[in-house]
Amino acid sequence: MSVNQDEHRLAGRARIAVAGARAATGDVFGRSSRRERLGNVVFPALLLLALSVALAGLLAIIVWAVVEGGSRANVDLITNGTSRLDAASAGYREAILGSLYVIGGVILLIVPLGVGAAIYLEEYADKTRWWNRLIELNIQNLAGVPSIVFGILGLAFVVRGPLSLGFVAAAGAITVAMLVLPTVIIAAREAIRAVPPSIREGSLALGATQWQTIRRQVLPAAFSGILTGTILAVARAFGEAAPLLLVGATTFVTFDPSLFENRFTTLPVQIFNYSKQPQEEFQVLAAGGALVMITLLVVVNSFAIGLRNKFERRW
Amino acid sequence: MMEKTIDVMRQAKRNTAIDADDHGLSLPTGEFAQPEYHEQRERAFELRNVSVHYGDTPAVKDVTMDIFRNNITALIGPSGCGKSTLLRCMNRMNDLIPSATVEGTLRYHGEDIYGPKVDPVQVRKIIGMVFQKPNPFPKSIYDNVAFGPRTLGMKGNEREIVKDALVRAGLWDEVKDRLDDNAYGMSGGQQQRLCIARCIAVEPDVILMDEPCSALDPISTARIEDLMLELKERYSIVIVTHNMQQAARVSDMTGFLMVQLTEDEKSRWGELVEYDETAKIFTNPADARTEDYIAGKVG
Repeated sequence: MSVNQDEHRLAGRARIAVAGARAATGDVFGRSSRRERLGNVVFPALLLLALSVALAGLLAIIVWAVVEGGSRANVDLITNGTSRLDAASAGYREAILGSLYVIGGVILLIVPLGVGAAIYLEEYADKTRWWNRLIELNIQNLAGVPSIVFGILGLAFVVRGPLSLGFVAAAGAITVAMLVLPTVIIAAREAIRAVPPSIREGSLALGATQWQTIRRQVLPAAFSGILTGTILAVARAFGEAAPLLLVGATTFVTFDPSLFENRFTTLPVQIFNYSKQPQEEFQVLAAGGALVMITLLVVVNSFAIGLRNKFERRW
Repeated sequence: MMEKTIDVMRQAKRNTAIDADDHGLSLPTGEFAQPEYHEQRERAFELRNVSVHYGDTPAVKDVTMDIFRNNITALIGPSGCGKSTLLRCMNRMNDLIPSATVEGTLRYHGEDIYGPKVDPVQVRKIIGMVFQKPNPFPKSIYDNVAFGPRTLGMKGNEREIVKDALVRAGLWDEVKDRLDDNAYGMSGGQQQRLCIARCIAVEPDVILMDEPCSALDPISTARIEDLMLELKERYSIVIVTHNMQQAARVSDMTGFLMVQLTEDEKSRWGELVEYDETAKIFTNPADARTEDYIAGKVG
C-alpha cells in the first residue's frame, strides 16, 4: 500500500517536473514532427510555383512587347494605315477597325443567341427527353472543335453557299460568332443554373408567369455570370486569326473596312503579316501591334469586370 | 383547467358525427361524412380523394378534406408524410415538378383548380405561398414588395400598396427608413415577414405557408404566429408545420397525416389520418395514431 502511494507521489512529481520544464522552455504544446512542418512549407511553395509559371508567361509577353515595340508606342501606330514599304510610318488603323467590326458583329450575334439558347436549355427544355440531352452533349463537343474547322464552315456556308456574303467583315463576324457561341451558351447556362430555385418559386407563387419570372428575376440575377462568359468569348474572338484567314482577312488591306463590302483585316492577322516581313523595322511594328492588342484587351476586360462587380449578387 | 378541457372534449364529441370508437379511417373517402358544424362555415377548398405521385412513387393518397374560409388550417405529421406535397397542390406549385401527377379533385370555391381551362398563373395570384426558407429576391426591400403588384399590373399608388403590405405584415416600423436597402441584410425573421408582405401585396385570398417558422428563432416565430392570427381576419391560411405546439396555438382546424407502408415496406406514402377542430385533435383525437403522435410516442 505504501509502495503504491510512493509510486503515485513520484509519478506526480515527475509530471510537475515535466510541466515545469515545458513552461520554462515555452513549449507547453510540444512541437509537430519535422515531416509535418516540412509538408506545411513545401506544398504551398509548389502551388506558388505553379502560379508563378503562369504569371511569368504573361509578364514575359508584356515585357517583350514593351521592349521590342515600345519605340513605336504612339498615336501613329493606331491612326496610320498599313504599309508594306514604310515600316517607320506604317500602323494598324485598318486592322483595328476590322477587329472592331468583327468583334462588334460577334457581340451582336452571341449575346441574344447564346443567352436565348441557354434560357431555353435551362428553363424550358425537359431534361428527361433524349433529344435535349443530345443537344447539351453536342454544345459541349462544339466548344472543343478547332477554330480552323469553323473557318472552313464559314467559307462554305457564309462566304459562299447559302449566305454568299463574300469575303467581308460580316462573314468574319458570323464565323467567329459560331466559334465562340458554345462558350457563351455554357457560361450563361452555368449563370442561370446558379440562381437558386427558391427565387423562381417565390416569383411564380406571386402569380408571375414563367417568362416574367425569367425576365425580371432570373436574368437580372444571372447577369454578372452571363457577362463573364461573354467577356471570355469576346477575348477569344478578338485573338482569333485562323478562321478569319479563310473568310477574307487577307494580306495588306490598305482601305478602311465596311461590314458588307471589301476584304478586311484584323489585328492578329496584321501582326502576323508584319512579322513575316524580313526587315527589322517590321518586327518592331509587330511587337507594337501586340502591345496594342494587350492594351485593348486589358481595357475591355477591366470595363467588363467593373460592370460585373457592379451587378454581382450574393445569395 | 381540467373542467375546461373536459368541456372542450364534450363539445367536440357532441359535434362530431364520426363514431369516436372507430379507430379505422376517421374520414371515409368518397361520400364525406360531414360533422354538423362544418355546414356553418364557408368552404374555401374541397379536396376529394386527392392523390399525388412523383413518377411511379406515391406521395399522398386519398386525401379528402374541407378547408374553411378565414380559418387557419394546420397540417401536421412526421417527415415524408406528404404535407408539403399536399399544400403545393393547392396553388399548383407541383406543376413545376414535371414528374408530379395529381389525381382526385381539388375545388376552390366550387371551381376545379386542376380544371382544363384553369391557368395555374391565375390560381397562384389568388392563392399565395410562403416558403420554408425565407426567399426574398436579391433586390431592395421596397422592390421585393413592389415586384408582385408591378408584375401583375395592379392599379393604384405603388408606394401605398407597398406601405400597406408592410404595415399589415408588421414590418413597416422596422424598415420604413431603409426601404432601399438590400433585403439580404435583414434578419431571418424579418426576411420571412417580408415574404409574407410580398405575398399579401398582391391581395390573394389564401396564404399557404410551408413550415414558415422552421428556420426562425422563437421570438421571430412568435411574431409570425401573431401575424397569422391578425391575417386570418382577411385571408384563409393553410400552414404546414412540424411544430405541434404551433399548430395548437394558432390553428382552428388540424389535419394529421401519417406515413403508410405496404406490408413488404417497399412502398410508402402519406395519408390523412384525422382532420378535425384543433381543440379536438389535441385533446380527444378519434384515432389512436393521432393520439400517439400528439403525445410524442411516435414520429
